[in-house]
Amino acid sequence: MALTTVDQTGGVPARSLTESLTSGKSDVKGRVLEAILLGALLCSLGVLLVLVIDLLKRSWGIWTERPLDFLTSGTNISNAAEAGVWQGIKGTIMLCVVVAIVAIPLGTACAVYLEEYAGRSRFARWTRINVRNLAGVPSIVYGILGLAIFVKAMDSITQGRTVFAGGLALSALVLPIVVITASEALRAVPRSIREGALGVGATEWETVRHHVLPAAAPGILTGTVLALSRAAGEAAPILLVGAVTGLLRTGNQSFWEQLTGPFTAMPVVIFSYARQTGEAFREVTAAAALVLLVVIILINSVAIWLRNRYERKW
Amino acid sequence: MDSMSETLPDEHPTPHLDVTMHEAPASDAAPATMVFRTKDLAVYYGGFRAVRDVDLDIRKNEITAFIGPSGCGKSTVIRCFDRMNDLIDGARVEGQVLYHGVDLYGPDVDPVEVRRRIGMVFQKPNPFPKSIYDNLAFGPRVNGIKKRSELDAIVERSLKRAALWDEVKDRLKESAMGLSGGQQQRLCIARCVAVEPEVILMDEPCSALDPIATARIEELMQEIKLEYTIVIVTHNMQQAARVSDRTAFYTTELNPDGDRRTGRLVEFNPTAKIFSNPDDERTEQYVTGRFG
Repeated sequence: MALTTVDQTGGVPARSLTESLTSGKSDVKGRVLEAILLGALLCSLGVLLVLVIDLLKRSWGIWTERPLDFLTSGTNISNAAEAGVWQGIKGTIMLCVVVAIVAIPLGTACAVYLEEYAGRSRFARWTRINVRNLAGVPSIVYGILGLAIFVKAMDSITQGRTVFAGGLALSALVLPIVVITASEALRAVPRSIREGALGVGATEWETVRHHVLPAAAPGILTGTVLALSRAAGEAAPILLVGAVTGLLRTGNQSFWEQLTGPFTAMPVVIFSYARQTGEAFREVTAAAALVLLVVIILINSVAIWLRNRYERKW
Repeated sequence: MDSMSETLPDEHPTPHLDVTMHEAPASDAAPATMVFRTKDLAVYYGGFRAVRDVDLDIRKNEITAFIGPSGCGKSTVIRCFDRMNDLIDGARVEGQVLYHGVDLYGPDVDPVEVRRRIGMVFQKPNPFPKSIYDNLAFGPRVNGIKKRSELDAIVERSLKRAALWDEVKDRLKESAMGLSGGQQQRLCIARCVAVEPEVILMDEPCSALDPIATARIEELMQEIKLEYTIVIVTHNMQQAARVSDRTAFYTTELNPDGDRRTGRLVEFNPTAKIFSNPDDERTEQYVTGRFG
């Protein structure tokens, strides 16, 4: 009997069948590949973990001795024992608010035009390519642009080296990211949804407004998460635009005064502390870096929460 | 406007087939109104001619079926009737598509207004990812009906007409995505009906459905045909034979100048004639299963 067959009477299966089913050759290549992939994942996670642990260890003194004081004190580059990050946190949040208000609507509007209206015109194709190029422009270049346009040329509006000018520079920096991710989210909306809406006599705008944008909203929000955390972590552009690296005096200013006054931000604060000498400032720098990480994680979780909420609506 | 009251001579074949079919309506009773008339219609995608030589007359309150092998242009032609081809980059129409004598591709024609009068049901059920109620209310809303009570009445009436009301009346606020495939397709028909179109175009409406859901849709078509004119594209010859009054058979031909195939209309006759005694040999080969 050459073939492996099951015993027709329903008894014990033929030995050859049992053998061929149980003695499968082990997939060595597959296992090696799986191990390599897992290794890659562990490497990436490991670096992050080491970084966080190292920061925690180095800043442990501050978290045990004066955590609240550190979070609520202003920048102080002459005395490590009084140094804090409050002005940095506030500056970063205000910068993010400016970016959210400027870059998200503007970027989404650009994406809607490019995807829903521009079609395949030469202009649209040219723009799409260049938006991708813009996303790769180094951030220092946006700093120079911010200095030239938002600080110098638009001085009457932004009042010079202010949160507003810094926020606009960061908006310019993240705008391409918002446009690209929003475009991809819009493109992922199936054509059948558009056809269904147009089919009952909706105009193009009604279709976009009621169906395409809501369907793309989770994807667009994800893009803005990326954009905001990128903006929160950038130091180069706002340094050039003129964030204060030393002592920043803030009194009881109104919101508008703060928006149009001198500012600092978390990455700039970290940069300022890192430049100081002495072991005490190493501790302060590590603590400030950890705070920035937490701020960015918080921004991300707000956006993720928003996205999930939106998704649950339908 | 002469085409509005135009009538065509109507052959009266004697149907004797294994499938039960609806006889073409007698033309001697009342003159049929032409809803659509195409003249020398050809559609291009870029430089490629997808379908040509389409001369059709679609009559009011009849079901017209388009059959033919894949790539013969049946879907392309049906999408001309509500300007859906506008959405495809590079699509271009030659010849005329007259709707009650008005050329749908005329310079001043607003495709939005066209689509309000001519509804469409698609191959894959495409409910909006919203509630059942919102799926139905969207069409009336964009057409200017804002009053809640009016919308409620339209939603109920449309769902009843699509034979879906009893199944969903207690969960109008729930997502339409939770319905079964057949229910979703009937929802799409209800959504179409909600804006009171004159014509309903159906592009292979049952190809994603099981036989029971298909039977319900076919039953539904017979009921709503009293109020609407229906054009249906189908891959299923039995379906065309079962539901339609008239059938248009398309086929593909190799282009003399290239290797791509262009679709063309071969024969347009009452369904009974197409399936028993077609004029064209190719039609006979196709319906008897010898080709395609």
